[in-house]
Amino acid sequence: MERAEIESKLKELLVDELGLDGDKIKSDARFEEDLEVDSLGVVELLMALEDNFGVQIPDEEAESIGTVGEAVDLVVAKLGG
Amino acid sequence: MLEGKRLLITGILTDGSIAWHTARVAQEEGAEVVLTGFGRAISLTKRSAKRLPTAADVLELDINDPVHMDALVQELGSRWGGLDGALHAIAFAPEDALGGRFLETPAESASIAFLTSAFSYKTLAVGLRPLFKEAGGGALVGLDFDNSLAWPVYDWMGVSKSALESVNRYLARYLGGENIRSNLVAAGPLSTVAAKSIPGFEQLDGLWEIRAPLGWDSSNPEPVAKMACVLLSDFALSTSGEIVHVDGGFHAVAAGITEGL
Repeated sequence: MERAEIESKLKELLVDELGLDGDKIKSDARFEEDLEVDSLGVVELLMALEDNFGVQIPDEEAESIGTVGEAVDLVVAKLGG
Repeated sequence: MLEGKRLLITGILTDGSIAWHTARVAQEEGAEVVLTGFGRAISLTKRSAKRLPTAADVLELDINDPVHMDALVQELGSRWGGLDGALHAIAFAPEDALGGRFLETPAESASIAFLTSAFSYKTLAVGLRPLFKEAGGGALVGLDFDNSLAWPVYDWMGVSKSALESVNRYLARYLGGENIRSNLVAAGPLSTVAAKSIPGFEQLDGLWEIRAPLGWDSSNPEPVAKMACVLLSDFALSTSGEIVHVDGGFHAVAAGITEGL
């Protein structure tokens, strides 16, 4: 999967499954501060990433995700892109 | 071990939850399970339900809302007729009731912790009572963290667990005549989503590492889940009002081998 494809799929799931505001989703948007995702929301985000991209994200790696761009980076790395 | 048993499992957030592992082991042992979820976390519960060996249905249950309880009992009644067991994995304490501010916690926050974490076990038992009656009896299991002694940071959650331990004994007393058993599993610290919300949780985890005679892996809820399944099964038919420790033996010793004593 290309990076651009991962990015658009991620945006889609953030809007459809996590109910985030599509206009605010930018690469440097921070989940907690800019998108108002709380701790339960972060847990759901991780499960949604696992479900949609077929990857496994252990807790230690999850901590590296602060922004939308970093989530894309992690999925890209996981998928060997 | 649980062939043909119909079980209700509350309290699943993720597939790391103690309750999720209990549902998984129960299915592997032949049980049918239905889950409950709460508030906006129900979408997480539904996601986790799909990760079980057999995808399970999720019904909404705010334990403090009688309307939810009525609807739940009706749904389980029409689905199964009766119910053989239930796992209570419900607890909550407001932020100011945990984390070392024990002396400043207001009464309202302590009450919320008590209501949701201890009284709710009684609420669940009484709500499910008609379904257990249809089944000729039933098994209730709750999740405990042994609070016989005072811990760092656990504060009013700890007081609520002491209350839960007492509620467990009274349920055993009042429901025994209907062949309904009530027991708790007192677990060592497990790094679940719920535990991570306790500020200073790592302090407890570190204690277990040096003191538990059998050792302790805080990332593995399976031993606790297996004991919960034993208590839900016919292998524990004459056990009620009991607290079974699944803590690597921690509760039995006053100092660890590696503590130099």
